[in-house]
Amino acid sequence: MANVLVVAELSEDGKLKKSTLSAITFARQALPAIGGALNIVVLGASTGAAAAELASYGAAKIISVEDASFAKYTAEHYAPSVVAAAQGVSLVVATASSFGKDLLPRVAARLDAAFAGDCSGVAAEGGKLVYKRPMFAGNASGFCTLETPIQVATARQSEFTAAEPSGGASPIEKVAKASVGAAAARVEFVGLEAVKSARPELAEAKVVVSGGRGLKEKFKEVMEPLADALGAAIGASRAAVDAGYAPGDFQVGQTGKIVAPQLYVAVGISGAIQHIAGMKSSKVIVAINKDPEAPIFQIADYGLVADMFQAVPALTAELKKRHG
Amino acid sequence: MKVLVALKRVADPDNANKVKIAAGGGAVDTTGLEWKPNPFDEYALEAALRLTENGKAPKLRLGEVVVVTLGPKEVDQTLRAALATGADRAIRVDVTDDQLDGRLVANAIKAIVDAEKPDVVLMGKQAVDGDSNQVGQRVAELLDWPMATFAATIKEEDGALLVGREVDGGVLTLRVKLPAVVTVDLRIVAPLSVLSKVTAAEPGFKYNDGVRFAPLPAIMAAKKKPLDVKTLTDLVPGAALTTRYLKFERPAQRAAGVKVKDVSELVEKLANVAKVI
Ligand SMILES: Cc1cc2nc3c(=O)[nH]c(=O)nc-3n(C[C@H](O)[C@H](O)[C@H](O)COP(=O)(O)OP(=O)(O)OC[C@H]3O[C@@H](n4cnc5c(N)ncnc54)[C@H](O)[C@@H]3O)c2cc1C
Ligand SMILES: Nc1ncnc2c1ncn2[C@@H]1O[C@H](COP(=O)(O)O)[C@@H](O)[C@H]1O
Repeated sequence: MANVLVVAELSEDGKLKKSTLSAITFARQALPAIGGALNIVVLGASTGAAAAELASYGAAKIISVEDASFAKYTAEHYAPSVVAAAQGVSLVVATASSFGKDLLPRVAARLDAAFAGDCSGVAAEGGKLVYKRPMFAGNASGFCTLETPIQVATARQSEFTAAEPSGGASPIEKVAKASVGAAAARVEFVGLEAVKSARPELAEAKVVVSGGRGLKEKFKEVMEPLADALGAAIGASRAAVDAGYAPGDFQVGQTGKIVAPQLYVAVGISGAIQHIAGMKSSKVIVAINKDPEAPIFQIADYGLVADMFQAVPALTAELKKRHG
Repeated sequence: MKVLVALKRVADPDNANKVKIAAGGGAVDTTGLEWKPNPFDEYALEAALRLTENGKAPKLRLGEVVVVTLGPKEVDQTLRAALATGADRAIRVDVTDDQLDGRLVANAIKAIVDAEKPDVVLMGKQAVDGDSNQVGQRVAELLDWPMATFAATIKEEDGALLVGREVDGGVLTLRVKLPAVVTVDLRIVAPLSVLSKVTAAEPGFKYNDGVRFAPLPAIMAAKKKPLDVKTLTDLVPGAALTTRYLKFERPAQRAAGVKVKDVSELVEKLANVAKVI
């Protein structure tokens, strides 16, 4: 077998996103089985700083593709250059962020490669890579092999700890953007309505506090002080998002974000399987719910049966007191 | 406008009977699970209907919706239900689920799109059985069409769609020229999420939240709507699986912990026992 190609992800302002480091960990775990080297491709309008940063992760080379049309990500522009960088590799991997989920299946189709999405593990068996994937809302783990010469996968960020730099300086190879298909001229980036926040990113936070539908218009009023007291990111159930109490990118769950913080506090969340699928790998789970029968208590390390409108402000006050 | 909707029938993981693993781990045991349309595909169908009608009562069909599935004969029932809610035609590729993977599904849908020439292909962002999230993106690439995945809003423009996508950092808006592929997210069935040129021109118009239900006469009429059956190998010559599941396991279960009596005890436990604050 041959090399592994990691696709790096940059933020809007061209910085290397930490999510990339989970894909590098995935690649490091896959490499011994396939015996090749690590390559990393980075695409952007200005890739210099990110490429330099990536050079310390032990890659045989960093492929840097700089083009003004990459300033705003669209799969139609990115995919051909990832495909070009994938010549001679046997595995292409990115982290299963919204970027990786959007881009990599498109890359896979162009390579006529089989794809394993949102993997929670990868291991070698009999010279083949076996991908472990959560399925059925986290109720089953499937182990699969991909039977195409090139394979494509995405890594669930919460299951692959961020890679540490291994020193050295990988050579940086600058290549031109590959020619794009007809689709590229027919997609236009219009805008990003970013939810500006000084809080940590959900997928990377050490503490996450999530609120449910019952908070109604008081979602912010109740959850924000608690998040501030804990230095936490804020999440939400689907029902809270659907009702408009929290933005879409707050949704934790099977079909939202997958989180695995040190501490997860579920406030007024019933514990539907789709929600649990997104947070059950958290180290410590706290549930605050007025219904003692709520399913969330079946997986919570610490359950408090209480009215959240009283309990959460009291908890916030107590936490603030502790931290002085 | 002509819209092609891909619709998969899934064993519902959200079921009192719970997903079980067959002895030996060779398969997911679906006995006792409820079969239903993938929720995201029901949403895609609702979005397709909204794009192809005059939404004011009495609703008037202005475009065409073709629903496509790959699955066994039992899925005809699911297709009939889709026809009853307003789709015009259905196509079923006759295969069993174990003969399929995402690559084959995408290749087959691509072949159907080549024949049907829709303006838009709409589908769910993921099937909630396999949670794979790949078919839409693959179809777009195979067709060399632009795509907008994880759509929370769709607005029709002249020869294009303005799509609001739910991404990690917020809502990202793309304009895709038709023909295009759109995969939908949960919020696509909110009252104002999908606006055709006709409904956008109606001041104050909005849909009911969620998907529509078929009235009884429509259920009867749907029995007469066309449902074509096709063969996978006609669409994808030499079709072969390239994703093979070797085994399934039940993930480790978390045990319930303790109930605390009040906030002070909770803080004490978090600080001194769990040591996470
Ligand atoms: C295809 C599909 C995908 C889905 N994906 C997701 C997903 O990714 N993430 C997700 O979260 N859900 C998802 N869901 C939805 C999921 O099934 C549940 O409907 C949802 O998680 C419920 O949200 P909730 O707990 O806020 O609301 P509810 O289930 O209504 O629960 C509200 C809870 O709040 C408690 N409560 C109310 N008032 C108070 C109070 N004053 N004090 C204390 N407690 C109070 C109640 O006791 C109750 O337990 C999905 C569903 C489908 C069909
Ligand atoms: N067997 C199938 N028949 C019809 N559509 C399918 C099938 N499998 C997947 N799809 C479509 O592809 C979308 C994404 O599925 P997946 O990539 O498998 O998560 C689904 O929401 C469906 O619209």
